[in-house]
Amino acid sequence: MYRKRNIILKYFFLTVLLLIMLYPIFWLVGASMKESGEIFGNPSILPDAFDLSGYKRALEGISGVSMAQFMGNSLVLTTINVLVTVASSCFIAYGFARFDFKGKKLFFILMIGTMMLPNAVLIIPRYMVFNQLHWLNSYLTFWAPSLLGVNSFNIYMMIQFYRGIPKELDEAAKLDGCGSFQILVRIILPLSKPAVMSIGVLQFLWTWNDYFNSLIYINKVSKYPVSIGLQLMLGYNSVTDWQKVLAAGFMSIIPCVIVYAALQKYLVQGTVTAGLKG
Amino acid sequence: MKKVRKKKRNPAWIYIAPWIAGFLIFQLYPLAASLFYSFTDYSIVKPAVFTGLDNYIELFTQDTEFIASFASTFKYVLIAVPLKMVFALLVAMLLAKGIKGINVFRTMYYLPSIMGGSVGIAIVWKALFMGNGGILNSILAVFGIEGVNWLGSPEYAIYTLILLTVWQFGATMVIFLAALQQVPGELYEVARVEGANKIQTFFKVTLPSISSIIQFNLIMVIISTFQDFTGPSIVTNGGPLESTYFVALKLYTDAFSYQKMGYACALSWVLFAVIIAITAIIFKTSKYWVHYSDGGDSFV
Repeated sequence: MYRKRNIILKYFFLTVLLLIMLYPIFWLVGASMKESGEIFGNPSILPDAFDLSGYKRALEGISGVSMAQFMGNSLVLTTINVLVTVASSCFIAYGFARFDFKGKKLFFILMIGTMMLPNAVLIIPRYMVFNQLHWLNSYLTFWAPSLLGVNSFNIYMMIQFYRGIPKELDEAAKLDGCGSFQILVRIILPLSKPAVMSIGVLQFLWTWNDYFNSLIYINKVSKYPVSIGLQLMLGYNSVTDWQKVLAAGFMSIIPCVIVYAALQKYLVQGTVTAGLKG
Repeated sequence: MKKVRKKKRNPAWIYIAPWIAGFLIFQLYPLAASLFYSFTDYSIVKPAVFTGLDNYIELFTQDTEFIASFASTFKYVLIAVPLKMVFALLVAMLLAKGIKGINVFRTMYYLPSIMGGSVGIAIVWKALFMGNGGILNSILAVFGIEGVNWLGSPEYAIYTLILLTVWQFGATMVIFLAALQQVPGELYEVARVEGANKIQTFFKVTLPSISSIIQFNLIMVIISTFQDFTGPSIVTNGGPLESTYFVALKLYTDAFSYQKMGYACALSWVLFAVIIAITAIIFKTSKYWVHYSDGGDSFV
């Protein structure tokens, strides 16, 4: 009896806490379809009267740039950043996981160390570097560092995964005359799908939600990702069109939810690998 | 006859070359440059003028914002990080044993973590807590409680941001959950046989078994919380009365609104030093509270 009551209590607590936590998300969905007078007057999730005019104004965007363009910008920025990150992480991790070379230990420690380097320290001088390269206002400010494996967390995750792939497979391929790059592409990568998906999802979410870096490196409205488009729409307190902002806000998180719904297995796996082996 | 002997190159260098380049261009150089500029008066339009320790002296002795912004950032970290860790561990422990539908719970609890850092959610937060028309206040009104002006009061505004970051405990929870599931069942069996109660079991078995994971999570959460920007920028915009003017926000404003790049670099190095010091303390004290299962260097 005692045990059973305990378990019921447990479910009760977990469910109530979860509902409280999910309330803001559901509230956003409902409020984006409420009439403007109802948004702050009625805490319920479902609107009394549906009013989709906020969506119409959200789609028009702001400063002559449509919502579709903001979303498109984010999609281009994010998709290429994910691809570049995955490619570089797979490539670089292979060097660390499968070869011995001079100073390997030192390089490895440096790489792990950069995981703890605060972005806040790097962002100003990086801005100067990008300025000199005339890269400001271009997504190269994201793609170039990713191509060179600057987010070492991803490399680390790939290394951990490669280590679990038996080296005998490499040896066999070598005897068949495969070069090291062929071994990577033909033997190792096909086995690495879970890890590749994990870093892909993590990088997608990170890039899609990014606000700080975009704010600094991208200063042209037509190139703004959706995060900054939202900030523009928010404007100042007194003049905020909440119907519009909430509709746009909801649209902006849809891609995250879709990616999460489709790939959450990999995200959980990835988070766990990084945390447990870390 | 000349014998052409091809020297066999180690292919490893080809693979790690991109990382070395990235490290030099986007990490080591910026780090060195930022340290150098922190000793100069520099804005992007004028050449840098070496001013020695002036920036640091100004920060510590004349800039009242500096003290205020570190004070509020510390307060934020000191409250938000333990809360986030406790919630993550608590929910993970509830999920770890004997719960059906663990995957559903895990998936749903993770949800805030995948979107919580976005501007979209920051906007929701603003709506939830705004002045007299905020949603929280209308919920409180249902229960007959009169709400406060959350975002309008220097006393309460910071707690809305703390709530926003604690709300995202799911990612940390998922790591704890996996760690808890790896604790050998025999340990709990032994504790039970020896007559340990729940609290003793928690402190003698559970905590030591996952202490290295706690350490990892703690460090990562501290580093990221110290740099939080989206919340304070969108939800409170540093206010009211600079009560949420966190270091990252000040850094951004000094560098890009006031064009005081050198000064902002000095500020960033103070932040860096603080983070290094705290991480070092956690590592130094780890021998007293972290138990490595495989003998030592499991963090690296």
